[in-house]
Amino acid sequence: MSRMPALALLAPAAWLAACSGEQSALAPRGSDAAWIADLAWLLFGGGGVVLAMVIAALVLSIRGPPAIRARLARPATMVAAGLFFPIVVLSSLLAYSLWLTGLTLPVADTGHVLRIEVTGEQWWWRVDYVRPDGSRVASANELHIPVGQRIDIVLRSADVIHSFWVPRLGGKVDMIPGRTTRLQLHAEEAGVYRGQCAEYCGGAHALMAIEVVAVPATAFEAWLARQAEPAVVPASERGRRGQDLFIAAGCGACHAVRDTSAAVIGPDLTHFGSRRSIGGAMLPMSEQNAARFIADGQYVKPGNRMPPFRIFSDDELAALSAFLVALR
Amino acid sequence: MSGLHQDPQYPNQLPRPEGELEQLRAVWRVPRGWRLLSAVNNTVIGYLYIATALLFFVLAGILALLMRTQLAVPSNTFLSQAAYNQIFTMHGTVMMFLFAVPAVEAMGVLLLPQMLGARDLPFPRLGAFAFWAYLVGGLVFFGTLFFDLAPSGGWFMYPPLTGSQYSPDIGADFWLLGIGFIEISAIAGAIEIIVGVLRTRAPGMTLDRIPLFAWTMLIFAVMVVFAFPSVILATIMLELERALGWPFFVPEKGGDALLWQHLFWFFGHPEVYIIFLPAAGMVSMIVPAMARVPLVGYRMVVLALVATGFFSFGLWVHHMFTTGLPYLALGVFSGASMAVSVPSGIQVFAWIATIAAGRLRWSTPSLFVLGFLVIFTLGGLTGVMVAMVPFDWQAHDTYFVVAHFHYVLIGGMVFPLFAAIYYWVPAFSTRALSERLGKWAFVLMFTGFNVAFLPMHITGMLGMPRRVYTYSAGLGWDGLNLVSTAGAFVLAAGILMVIVDLLCNLRPTLSDPKGNIWQAGTLEWLANETYSSRSIPRITSREPLWDQPGLVQDTHAGRYFLPGAPTGGRETLITAPGDAAPQYVARLPGPGWSPFGAAILTAAFFLLLTVKLVLLAAACGLGAVMLICVWMWGSDPAPGPSVAIGDGIRLPTYLAGPGSHSRWAMIVLLLVAGSLYISFIFSYLYLWAVSPQAWATGADSMPLLTSALISGALLMASSAAVLVAGSRLSTAGASAGFNSLLVIAAASLAASLGFDIAGHWRVGLRPDAGSHQALIYLGTFLQAQLVAPLIVMAGFVLVRSLTRRLSPQHRVSFDNLAVFWHYAVGQGLLGLLLIHGFPRAL
Repeated sequence: MSRMPALALLAPAAWLAACSGEQSALAPRGSDAAWIADLAWLLFGGGGVVLAMVIAALVLSIRGPPAIRARLARPATMVAAGLFFPIVVLSSLLAYSLWLTGLTLPVADTGHVLRIEVTGEQWWWRVDYVRPDGSRVASANELHIPVGQRIDIVLRSADVIHSFWVPRLGGKVDMIPGRTTRLQLHAEEAGVYRGQCAEYCGGAHALMAIEVVAVPATAFEAWLARQAEPAVVPASERGRRGQDLFIAAGCGACHAVRDTSAAVIGPDLTHFGSRRSIGGAMLPMSEQNAARFIADGQYVKPGNRMPPFRIFSDDELAALSAFLVALR
Repeated sequence: MSGLHQDPQYPNQLPRPEGELEQLRAVWRVPRGWRLLSAVNNTVIGYLYIATALLFFVLAGILALLMRTQLAVPSNTFLSQAAYNQIFTMHGTVMMFLFAVPAVEAMGVLLLPQMLGARDLPFPRLGAFAFWAYLVGGLVFFGTLFFDLAPSGGWFMYPPLTGSQYSPDIGADFWLLGIGFIEISAIAGAIEIIVGVLRTRAPGMTLDRIPLFAWTMLIFAVMVVFAFPSVILATIMLELERALGWPFFVPEKGGDALLWQHLFWFFGHPEVYIIFLPAAGMVSMIVPAMARVPLVGYRMVVLALVATGFFSFGLWVHHMFTTGLPYLALGVFSGASMAVSVPSGIQVFAWIATIAAGRLRWSTPSLFVLGFLVIFTLGGLTGVMVAMVPFDWQAHDTYFVVAHFHYVLIGGMVFPLFAAIYYWVPAFSTRALSERLGKWAFVLMFTGFNVAFLPMHITGMLGMPRRVYTYSAGLGWDGLNLVSTAGAFVLAAGILMVIVDLLCNLRPTLSDPKGNIWQAGTLEWLANETYSSRSIPRITSREPLWDQPGLVQDTHAGRYFLPGAPTGGRETLITAPGDAAPQYVARLPGPGWSPFGAAILTAAFFLLLTVKLVLLAAACGLGAVMLICVWMWGSDPAPGPSVAIGDGIRLPTYLAGPGSHSRWAMIVLLLVAGSLYISFIFSYLYLWAVSPQAWATGADSMPLLTSALISGALLMASSAAVLVAGSRLSTAGASAGFNSLLVIAAASLAASLGFDIAGHWRVGLRPDAGSHQALIYLGTFLQAQLVAPLIVMAGFVLVRSLTRRLSPQHRVSFDNLAVFWHYAVGQGLLGLLLIHGFPRAL
């Protein structure tokens, strides 16, 4: 019995040390996440007190002085501690929680002109920015948002159920085939926030990650304008060779590179090189890693839908990667 | 044995006639050697049942260790992605369906008759059937892991991931058919437990003297009856979608993935309480025995149990808080989820009050109960947390939830179960378990459990989702996972120590166990034989062994009711559900091969169907039906003379009509059927609400109204024929007129189904065209599911009539058929109204 309090003392220490993690719900950087983190701390504190009280009652019921034991043995105590106390505490908690639910539930459009549509696919994220004029900018596996605004996110699924979750910015919302769900993202400060699919979606579920990049509004506008541009034309000889290989090897059957191919099966690569990572937060962006993903993708991200391409010589692979990474 | 003289306070006088005890022993003798497989007695089946449940606990526990090994360090390659996904699916499925539910049901099978003062459960062959079906089905299901054929969709099997497009392999079919079938076995057990608790209690055991474990088993069984049909319907629907393309869950054809979640969790949340309540019942038996005082607040606790059972059906949606529900639904289900914790709070303080009122004995069962109280309280507190919608948006599907439900399930069920094992072993074994090993096991299990699962709360808050086969370093999860893995192995060491203790000290026996080493007060501590105690006591208190001095010796000497076997066979006393007044003596079947054979063949039917050997499956199914007919043939013996049970009471040995225990079982079965049908109606209306466009009411998309009218008329005609046949049976016995009416009724029933199907087909409706069409055919499928057994039963009754086994008095077979029949007709008419009326009324 003596182990329990010891553990309870140890736990918060470990907790505090670790809660600054990249994907931690307890290190919020958005208002929704912050409200929930406050609620969480309240619950942990209150829960700890109640647990301590129950353990104390238990210890007293076994080893306590006779007067206290007699008091604990009364049905009236049982009703007070087991019925009235929980009802009072739970009712107030429920009221608080419902008020908070109302605050964070995306009930209507924010009125902001930008809308982002995210579609879960086995095992990556399709991202489309819908601009005020209705034009769409396609991207994948990385979500850019302006700091300080509530942004409407429209969630869909192309195959099975996924769940969109970026803990430092807020709670998760499922992406359900045939349905449209909504979420509002709000980042209070610039930064990169990691997220991960939270609903088991088969094979590579564990590797279905996403990064949300929050930048100041002006930088965001500039970024989006650049993303709307067509793909850059390769400047170097090596890049042009890579582009030829991209076409010849049939990469364009799955991947779009605007003006080169328009396929929609896999992630849009038009501005591939401008992303932070490859394969959905699997590898940092670099020519070397791009080459690795093309040839050894099943090792880097086992189960992903892209077959390994081992048909290229080292030289060809380098050219192809150079072409892709130059797509900024 | 001092007071062996004439005494009017006892129902029967001493000395007992020569040979009475020998005859009692002879009729209850358990078959030896390989013939043990034909045994049906609850003690034998109970032993096997518990052993099997523990085997699955160990197997699924090994799977857990494999997972913990994989997760010990980031980017580990100990298990492949595919292997891990199969293993976590099997771990959850096996723990929930092959361990937890069967384990508590097994405890009920073993303990209830003894505890209630019955000789056996009221339907021993049904119990044996349920056990063998579970054993064979469970072993084959687990075996799929070794052939890489195991399901990998998670234990709640969400479509469309588990549909044929994303899970084309056979694993999901094993899950659907295997688990669906094991649920049927759980329902069979539940029926037996309900009738057992309500109708086979010792005289004097009024409702407020029922031992709490029996109360919880009653509530358990009632919950199984209402909860399991919903997931059975869901598995039928998903299997029909996978095998035949009937679209229920795919949005392209008007289905909806969330329908599965509603049906699954309407079962799945009560399921948690289905597992927990009997464990709470065990605690409510152990605490008074260890504190040596009666439970404080018995009535409050019973009320709390009933309230928990009731509430638990109203909060399934809290598993779906992240699916984009409207505010009102979130609020209602959040409130209900928090409310359900109140009755548990009452129970916790009732146990604390009882401990305070007495003096707790420092034994292994006490330790496990204390461990349970601490762990379960924490699990309850985190349960309140995840009931709060915004918190759940973060915690849902993370390791926080993994931690929460292991606190609730291991704390709330495994610890009480281990307490129960240490507590009750002396009632069934010639040796008690070792207190020394037991205490060490507790220390290891309690420490290991908390080291494994307490950090997971943090891991989850730090963003680690559940069901991930690996994770990257540097997210703050590495150390916590390593600690969890270490804890899991310590927990496993504790469990291993219990196994060692069981191997060393458990000596199960069918007579003369070690006995009441705790000086407990309830009837299961009377001398324990396969027939329970020599005579069935009349009890006047909740703890008769404490309050009725000499009860042990007096029951053993045969001074109480039914000290022998007056009908010459196995029997048990049927008493009134309220005041437990003796009503009649039910004759019970002895050993027989039909339940064993029928269970094997039923399992074979489902498993062969899974691997698409349809003809062979059909042959096995037919064989199973024939064996069930063989088994039922002897279950309605001809009425015999009444027998004296003591106190000058003579009881009939046969009862037809509403008071018959088999009628009660039939009514419970119909409640199961009714729940299944209500789930169907829910599904129908739900999909209509989601995709009304699939309900376009053009003439070509609706089944023929004329067929429906003919079908309805035939249904009513068949019911009328059964009614007339019943009154013929009362007046003229099994006459030619009775026989022809039965044939007419069966023909009308079959024809009504035929007209219904023809009406769908002729207008070009095809079940794979859209969700509306699929539901139309599903309604027919559910009706066929009733019609087919009814026709077999009608044939069975007809043969009994032709062989003179039916008379105005000897008529339970027919009466049960009639009740079932009228239900099926009622369901059929409601179905016609829904399928034909609803879309036309739109």
